[in-house]
Amino acid sequence: MSQATLRVQKISGHAGSVPGQDTQREYTVCKLIDTTTCIGCKACEVACMEWNDLPFGETVFDNTYQTMPETRWNYWNLILFNEHERDDGSLMWLMRKNQCMHCGEPGCLAACPADGAIIQYTNGIVDFQQANCIGCGYCITGCPFDIPKMNPKTHRVFKCTLCTDRVSEGLEPACIKSCPTGCLHFGIKDDMKELAESRAKQLRDYSNFPNAGVYDPPGVGGTGVIYVLHDATQPELYGGLPKNPHVPWSVKLWKGPLKWFGNVAMIGGLIGLFVHYLRYGPKAREEEDLATGPRGGRT
Amino acid sequence: MSRQEQILPHGQVLRYTLRERITHWAAGVTYLYLLGTGLAFWSPWLFWLAVALGGTQVSRTLHPWAGLIFFGSVWYMYVMWAPQMTHTDDDRRWWKALKYYSTNQDDKMPPAGRYNAGQKFLFWGFFWANLLLFLSGIFLWAPQYFAWHSLVAMRISVLVHAAAALFTIGLFMIHLYMGLFAERGAFGSVIRGDVSIAFAKRYHPAWYKEIAGEAASPRK
Repeated sequence: MSQATLRVQKISGHAGSVPGQDTQREYTVCKLIDTTTCIGCKACEVACMEWNDLPFGETVFDNTYQTMPETRWNYWNLILFNEHERDDGSLMWLMRKNQCMHCGEPGCLAACPADGAIIQYTNGIVDFQQANCIGCGYCITGCPFDIPKMNPKTHRVFKCTLCTDRVSEGLEPACIKSCPTGCLHFGIKDDMKELAESRAKQLRDYSNFPNAGVYDPPGVGGTGVIYVLHDATQPELYGGLPKNPHVPWSVKLWKGPLKWFGNVAMIGGLIGLFVHYLRYGPKAREEEDLATGPRGGRT
Repeated sequence: MSRQEQILPHGQVLRYTLRERITHWAAGVTYLYLLGTGLAFWSPWLFWLAVALGGTQVSRTLHPWAGLIFFGSVWYMYVMWAPQMTHTDDDRRWWKALKYYSTNQDDKMPPAGRYNAGQKFLFWGFFWANLLLFLSGIFLWAPQYFAWHSLVAMRISVLVHAAAALFTIGLFMIHLYMGLFAERGAFGSVIRGDVSIAFAKRYHPAWYKEIAGEAASPRK
């Protein structure tokens, strides 16, 4: 995807420093999704397909207002539909636009072994560089939201780019542009946070949603996509949005202690064997073997 | 192969048959490739290995295929050697005397057969690690073909694959050290198949006694 004027602050599988780190004034972009005003019209799904020029695939009808069970490599933006019965017996249709959350600390990027296959721009957008992707699928194991999907033919992984190409030119992402109810907003993270909080307060004070709140999970370093939820204490209701997402412990263990232990053991082993040889040498000198007669080729 | 045929002219003894040597090198060559590409995926500081070995995507594509050959080779070793790799009382005494072995006082070691206890440990270590690497590897290769595939299973497989590989790297370093440096004549034995009688007597006295004893006895 286009890098345009964006600078890079994190690179997957990369040894050494990162060119764009600390080169820009601090600001991150953010998409605000107000689930309380989403009507599930799917305009954002279509706009995503259109702008990113993704090939069409078959949809799956399962008697709900959901286009398919989960996002695909060529379907990055999916509104999840859930029916929810409240304690007072009233029914709610919960619509949540699901896509990459653009984590502050992306698990996909941490798990990726390929240099430059996943990058994070200084504005916070996490973007896959398919040219550098080797198709191992490790990013899939690193994502707490189950977002990256592999193209089974090309073995490259795809996901929402937050319309990097549009954002770098000062435009808002295609999904934002298409939303008819104004439940999608785009801007600087601080502004979006403020807007989201004021909307949540409105819901608490005037709309009988005492648990209304903002979803911006700290476990993944905050996200570049935040939600206003009617009930922020139960994010799972919205198509399994994890309550406290974090980089999976397996990725942390593998990229942390196991890597350290492995590296120390491998380097220590090499040094140990070398010193052992210097101290004790071979078990027997070659001459002792050779003394017993010449060798010949054997079958 | 009968015992008699293992006694060769010019004071040499046949240690590895052609079949054993080919199997060893099928595993050896594929292991080196798997090690290089695997280390590239292990650490960003070694990612250049994947570039040097033909490209990053090529490494990802060929790593599982090389893994299949490695798995098959080690499995065939199991078929050939498992009966010779059983743990004996001498092996227990061998482990107790490890400090003499590691300080080159081989005369103080209990007599080893065709394989000493350390070699048996290497064999079983590779055998079990090979199984873990195969199971986790085949799953990570194409998880969509497994009905029970899940993110949790993938995460565990990544960990198991890395941990088992690390274990084999430890075994491999010692194997290389013994074969290339510590025991002069060992490397030649797995290329040409033969060792000198001095080598056989020094490192595998029980094995030499067995073949020399039978060779000396009249043909039946």
